Amino acid sequence: MKALPHPLAPELRSVGGRDLAALMVALLLVVAPHAEHVPWWVALLVLSLYAWRVYLGVAREPLPPRWLLLALTGAAMAGIWAHYHTIFGRAPGIVLLCLFSGLKLLEMRSHRDATVVAFLCFFLIITNFFYSQSIPTALTMCVALVAITTALVGFAAPQRSLQASLRSAGLLLAHAAPAALVLFLLFPRVQGPLWGVPQDVDAGISGLSDTMSPGNLARLALSDATAFRVDFKGETPPPQLRYWRGPVLWDFDGRNWRMGPTILSAFKPPRGGEQTYRYSIVLEPHNRQWLFALETAASLPPGARYTEDGQILARRPVRLRIRYELESVIAPAPDTTQDPGALRRALRLPDGFDPRSVALAHQWRDASQSDAAIVSRAIDFLRAGHYVYTLEPPRLGVDSVDEFLFDARAGFCEHFASAFVFLMRAAGVPARVVTGYQGGDVNPVDQIVTVRQSDAHAWAEVYLRGRGWVRVDPTAAAVPGRLASGLARAVPEGEPLPLLMRPRLQWLRSLRYEWEALSYKWNIWVLGYDPQRQRELMSLVGMRDADWRKLTATLFTILGLFTGLLLVWSLRRLVRPDPVQKAWQAFCRKLGARGITRSPSEGPRDYSERAARGLPQAQGAIRRIGELYVTLRYGAVAPTARIDELKRMVRDLRLT
Amino acid sequence: MIRTLLANPRFANWLYGFTPPEQGVVILRHRRVYIVPTRVGWLYGATLGILLIGSINYALSLGFALTFLLTGLGLAGMVHTARNLARTAVSAGRAEPVYAGEAAQFHLLLDSRVPFERPSILVRHVASGAQLVIDVPAGAVAEVVLAVPAAKRGWLPLGRVMLETRFPLGLFRAWSYVEPDTRCLVYPRPERTPLPPTSPHAQNGAARAQAAGSDDFSALRGYQPSDSPRHVAWKAVARSEDMLTKQFSGESAGELWLDWRLLPAGLDLERRLSCLAGWVLAAQQSGALYGLRLPGEELVPARGEAHRAACLKALALYKAS
Repeated sequence: MKALPHPLAPELRSVGGRDLAALMVALLLVVAPHAEHVPWWVALLVLSLYAWRVYLGVAREPLPPRWLLLALTGAAMAGIWAHYHTIFGRAPGIVLLCLFSGLKLLEMRSHRDATVVAFLCFFLIITNFFYSQSIPTALTMCVALVAITTALVGFAAPQRSLQASLRSAGLLLAHAAPAALVLFLLFPRVQGPLWGVPQDVDAGISGLSDTMSPGNLARLALSDATAFRVDFKGETPPPQLRYWRGPVLWDFDGRNWRMGPTILSAFKPPRGGEQTYRYSIVLEPHNRQWLFALETAASLPPGARYTEDGQILARRPVRLRIRYELESVIAPAPDTTQDPGALRRALRLPDGFDPRSVALAHQWRDASQSDAAIVSRAIDFLRAGHYVYTLEPPRLGVDSVDEFLFDARAGFCEHFASAFVFLMRAAGVPARVVTGYQGGDVNPVDQIVTVRQSDAHAWAEVYLRGRGWVRVDPTAAAVPGRLASGLARAVPEGEPLPLLMRPRLQWLRSLRYEWEALSYKWNIWVLGYDPQRQRELMSLVGMRDADWRKLTATLFTILGLFTGLLLVWSLRRLVRPDPVQKAWQAFCRKLGARGITRSPSEGPRDYSERAARGLPQAQGAIRRIGELYVTLRYGAVAPTARIDELKRMVRDLRLT
Repeated sequence: MIRTLLANPRFANWLYGFTPPEQGVVILRHRRVYIVPTRVGWLYGATLGILLIGSINYALSLGFALTFLLTGLGLAGMVHTARNLARTAVSAGRAEPVYAGEAAQFHLLLDSRVPFERPSILVRHVASGAQLVIDVPAGAVAEVVLAVPAAKRGWLPLGRVMLETRFPLGLFRAWSYVEPDTRCLVYPRPERTPLPPTSPHAQNGAARAQAAGSDDFSALRGYQPSDSPRHVAWKAVARSEDMLTKQFSGESAGELWLDWRLLPAGLDLERRLSCLAGWVLAAQQSGALYGLRLPGEELVPARGEAHRAACLKALALYKAS
């Protein structure tokens, strides 16, 4: 047998206008979101390449020669090299993919090339998920997927209309969905990464840091970005109890507070306490190891570590959204055991800074009997000072604490916390700065508490003999409104607030609540579906200790069943018996019962004529049925309305 | 290696379950529809693998969702491709007789038998490579005409026909073989030869001079390929563009025996049959009463299409293998 040109081979079919249209829709949808990540000249170049190809397609002009494309590719690679100084890595990789999609379009002649472009679209879809996995992104990519499938169907049957291809694509995707769901739930999940995630993954992530200097929390507080979301099982604690503990800062150099060395320790669950809250947290990636917990944590998430000063740390920096469950107690029994070294560290101050504050502290020391008395004096001092709480604190000089306390008298929480801890240490009371978040927004739709970067807060902890480390929030003391009504009420009118904290945009907020509730479920069930969730789900349906073997076995069983079902669906007798034929057969059966059986070679006209002669009492009806059948069966235009007439006539035929 | 193995007829017969030619309507049941991924399908599989690895490495939940949706799409595509071919009812339509050297026009009927369209079905005649792509509309019958070269006279069986489809995604190729029991009659290639003389005494026809009966010119008619050049009205041709042939009354009046023995003894069998076929056509053209005499077979003189067909059939099947 000689090799013949195969009419179905994709390399022999040339790309038509419809194929190009479907591919362009898909490409634009998957490339457009990248416009904000790639250099401007790349966006422009890719768009021009697309426009060029569309023009050539519409004008039916030949595609550019190979050398021109090679030259373009070389120039683009050089441009990428100049911009990123590499062509490997994620960001340059995405830029390359976008460029290749345009260049491949320009040498897309046959359906084989077009298929390559379609597959390139799949990769472009997944690159979008690096930046966003939100519901709108998912929906956009679904539309792109429909376009790609339509294009592929179009390649297989170029002679059909676009609508027909779209219908086939819809049917295919509808059939693919159940299998996709089963795979999503049951495919044994491996905890990534398989190899190192490139460092540039985390560019542009905001959050708390391990240092605090005047003004940096105020800047963070302008961000609406979500820090984490909390789902309380049962009651939600009131706002004034919602202190989410994060990094603890020990070392002060006169301006900046630093964390200093991290000392790990065994976790000792606190005893007693007024109330226990159980909750789960979905933490957005912040590229640091802190896992935030409601003060005071009574359990640790699995795999987490605990430090001497009560920080909870993940094993690795949190680069992906994670979910963990915790328990916290309010006001537990004090833990009075404390390392003397740590207490000495909590008294250390740099020499020669802030003389006025040091003098004030010494004065309190001399006038007080106990450390607790010093603490209340300091709180009274702040309360009486008429300090202004502002997101735009004035710039401070070398003696930042003095200037804040006595001159500027305006600042954000880091100023209050920093000044308070400074005063305590100067007065000989061990103290440290704690940063984290305070408050959070309760969504009335699903009671999920959303904690944003704008809730970032700093407070103090002092060590009192017999009571251990005690939380003191100097901001709350100086600006009482901060805790009860949040940032929006605490800062003076007219200051820039994060958009959603503005009181006038109430309707926007309620819309946002609905959206947040949906996003939370999306995050938990779709994006947060990890090996742990998978195990939970499996134990829910009665499969304990679901390891990959069991999962794979279940998966293949269900997929096999699914494919079987599809096969049965394609096998089943889909042709409804033709109603005309059915009526005719009923007629033949009736006559057959009277002894007039139709011989296989007998036409309907001859047969009904013979029957009419054989049964003269019903000859009129028999002849009419025969004629009508012939009209319906062989007539040029079959009058569908008369099908019912035929049925009725056959039913009413009386032969006795 | 696999290619060589597949080329082995015995292996192919076992693998594909080739059967002797089937009569009537052949339904392509699932059992006889084969399916394998195409090159594009393998590429698709590799793409899925890369997408999966990427999703695991970057823990992209939506990456997993995309990968699995595409996997489902591949599976659905496979079932749909098989469905596009399975349960098609194939039957053979008529095949009008042709002359050797022409192409036999085999009509094949593809009955959809399902309420959905079956687009892009390739029908290929395996032996000759005659092929075309058709769409079978929902619940309807599509007719395909395969032009199979007919080299030899006699019965030409259709042979094996392959039906193939890659619809809807081009990731899989489903195909099936069918061999409907149908054949086409191939007449010998007619060779233009001067007609033998007519004779009322048919038995003596061989002895008579060839020129007799050609004297009584009666009319002019259109030239036929089998006409003798001696009868072409050359003068008339010179006046007009058309070839014309002189018709003689003597031919149409008498009885014409197209006798095997009138041909030179040295002529081989096929040439002889070709000449006889040319005679039959010429005789039919002339409107004469003509009979055919072959060793061991005789068709009494008659005229008309049916007689011509009977004569040509006798020639086609004479000592045919």
